[in-house]
Amino acid sequence: MGKKVMMLGNEAIARGAYEAGVRVSAAYPGTPSTEISEALVQYKDELYAEWSPNEKVAAEVAIGASMAGARAMACMKHVGLNVASDPLYTASYMGVTGGLVLVVADDPGLYSSQNEQDTRMVARAAHVPVLEPSDSGEAKEFMKLAFDYSEQFDRPFILRTTTRLAHSQSSVELQDRVERELIPYEKNIAKRVMMPAMAKARHGVIEEKMVELAEAANTLPVNRVEMRDTKIGVITSGIPYQYVREALPEASVLKLGMVHPLPAKLIADFAAQVEELYIVEELDPVIETQVRAMGIACKGKECFTLLGEYSANMLRERILGETVDAKTPAQVPNRPPILCPGCPHRSVFYILKKLGIHAAGDIGCYTLGAVAPLSVVDSTICMGASISSMHGIEKAAGREFKKNWVAVIGDSTFLHTGVNSLMNMVYNKATGTVIILDNSTTGMTGHQDHAATGWTLQKEPTNAVNLVRLCEALGVKHVQEINAFDLETLEREIKAANESDEIHVIITKTPCVLLDKRKKPVYVSLSDKCKKCGMCLKPGCPAISRQADGTVRIDDTMCTGCGLCEQLCKFQAIEKVGE
Amino acid sequence: MSETKSIMIVGVGGQGTLLTSRILGGLALENGFDVKISEVHGMSQRGGSVVTYVRYGEKVAEPIVEEGQADVIIAFERLEALRYRHFLKKDGVLIANDWRIDPMPVIIGAAEYPDHILEDLEKEVTVYSIDATEEAKKLGNSKVSNLVVLGMAARHMDFSKEQWYSVIEHTVPPKTIDVNKAAFDAGYGA
Repeated sequence: MGKKVMMLGNEAIARGAYEAGVRVSAAYPGTPSTEISEALVQYKDELYAEWSPNEKVAAEVAIGASMAGARAMACMKHVGLNVASDPLYTASYMGVTGGLVLVVADDPGLYSSQNEQDTRMVARAAHVPVLEPSDSGEAKEFMKLAFDYSEQFDRPFILRTTTRLAHSQSSVELQDRVERELIPYEKNIAKRVMMPAMAKARHGVIEEKMVELAEAANTLPVNRVEMRDTKIGVITSGIPYQYVREALPEASVLKLGMVHPLPAKLIADFAAQVEELYIVEELDPVIETQVRAMGIACKGKECFTLLGEYSANMLRERILGETVDAKTPAQVPNRPPILCPGCPHRSVFYILKKLGIHAAGDIGCYTLGAVAPLSVVDSTICMGASISSMHGIEKAAGREFKKNWVAVIGDSTFLHTGVNSLMNMVYNKATGTVIILDNSTTGMTGHQDHAATGWTLQKEPTNAVNLVRLCEALGVKHVQEINAFDLETLEREIKAANESDEIHVIITKTPCVLLDKRKKPVYVSLSDKCKKCGMCLKPGCPAISRQADGTVRIDDTMCTGCGLCEQLCKFQAIEKVGE
Repeated sequence: MSETKSIMIVGVGGQGTLLTSRILGGLALENGFDVKISEVHGMSQRGGSVVTYVRYGEKVAEPIVEEGQADVIIAFERLEALRYRHFLKKDGVLIANDWRIDPMPVIIGAAEYPDHILEDLEKEVTVYSIDATEEAKKLGNSKVSNLVVLGMAARHMDFSKEQWYSVIEHTVPPKTIDVNKAAFDAGYGA
């Protein structure tokens, strides 16, 4: 017996990869997948792990490592798989040399995402098999199985997780790493050069492989039948399995560890043994649709929902007709996520709001610039889309309309896919202002390095991309760096940029407040000088609130000493203390 | 104990709910229980309402606590205590930091922060409260207010003080062990 420890699902995935002898891992941070790479890097003496600039690059690094004969992986969130889908669909045709696993984390309930897409749908389209664990222990074991099956069936595999699995801790039994020699490289253009003649042949091969795997899935131990009372039978997988066990402890369960391709015979046999068959799966009816297509009667989405997470209470209510015995929720004000006190994005948004400017937004903490009181960001689509969608706005509505717009994008997001968009603006003779909110990190996901920070995932010093020179190399003539808290310069330069008929890039270069651990003086509001004008409240700093008498109070446990409120107070009623 | 215990830790992103849940989970694990903890990372953590779940017992299936099922709710802020009170079991216990953090709708005047939250909750459920943030400030670090509240919660749970100390020592950053233990004591003795 190995040692038992508590692990996040993501830590367990990393451990599983380590034990499986993975040699190369590449990823771009994305909630809820980020901690996999952060956990994997503790084993850096025995494997290589990197942050790549985006998921397409990460997937291709992993494909190359597999070609070179190593077990390799790439990790991403569900929308990251969209970015990586180009290599995915063709890597599927190629098959593998060393085991190849993409870990893809879905986000039912949208805890930190822009959509609720279901990776199993992409996997079906790409003919890529999918394993789905239901706790940390399984996450580790399934990761190892995914590598074994990948090599056995010559398929890249997806290990699908969800937020609830990725960010739940449960106990995991540690085992030793099994080192694996590189599989010797053999040139094989019929398998690796996907030009039409060869790809045509490979398409036939992979269709056969998927049939073979579907047949094998009937007996692979990753799928498990738990026969109990036969009145209710449930086919489920992943985290919903836990809700089924909690709510219906007597029900029989077909627990699918492999959710694509499905084991037709196993499903038919199970269905034949139970009186009522339910399919319990979050998001899309992927299993349900296929079970119905097999001609098997079942209940699924008509009882449950396509949206969000499931729960045991929901199953008790919808399957057993039990009502939940709980008080009704109190009517309370919402507490949505907000920019942190001291966040350098706040002052930029404050100026944009003051100037009445619309921002085409992007993916990162700064998406929060969309909500009151800042209300500056008008759109958020996907990584890199701020710059290119603003370009489209100009081409449709014209230069005069766009003079009231800027694109805002973070440093990590700019390097992810924003660079292409800026290149396109220059190439296609656009005008306009791009603000790179450079906080020197990948902020939202919890501070990961990227190509402009000067550090690798393995904490080795490396080249730091110079954003100014990069933009200049793309052909932008006006590039400048401004401190995000220098309100006067910001206002003047944004105004000037938007009045000009050329492309301007303004890089607001101020580190994320959470990275700067130095103890700084905080600010207090002096009630005798406060004129209750509310100027300091305008940027929506969570540390500042109005008291019953109309004066403001600064919470000294939250203030980080950024000084934005002091700059805004015309009556010297806000003062630094503790210096 | 065959019954699974369900504990919720609620607060505002940045108040230390993650660390608190890990201390609790670690304690249950050291005492031989099966444990599941569910956390919140990413955007929801940025100053928003956050909740983590700790469940322990002989065999735990789901990692979350649902409406009407919490044995204990540990709340780091008054409004958050009120927000999640319907998750408490009928005989459940609420341990609350008597502290107010205005959410953005209140700051911008779009909503009002309710008055007398804890007094009203006391009429419905068992409430133990402490001004943990003030207690933590006295120790020179307002960030350890979570351990003050946890200390108070520990009085109503089945583990010895030594067991709590041991898991605190294993869980918090080494430099902060003393201040975290002092904070725990402040809550435990209150």
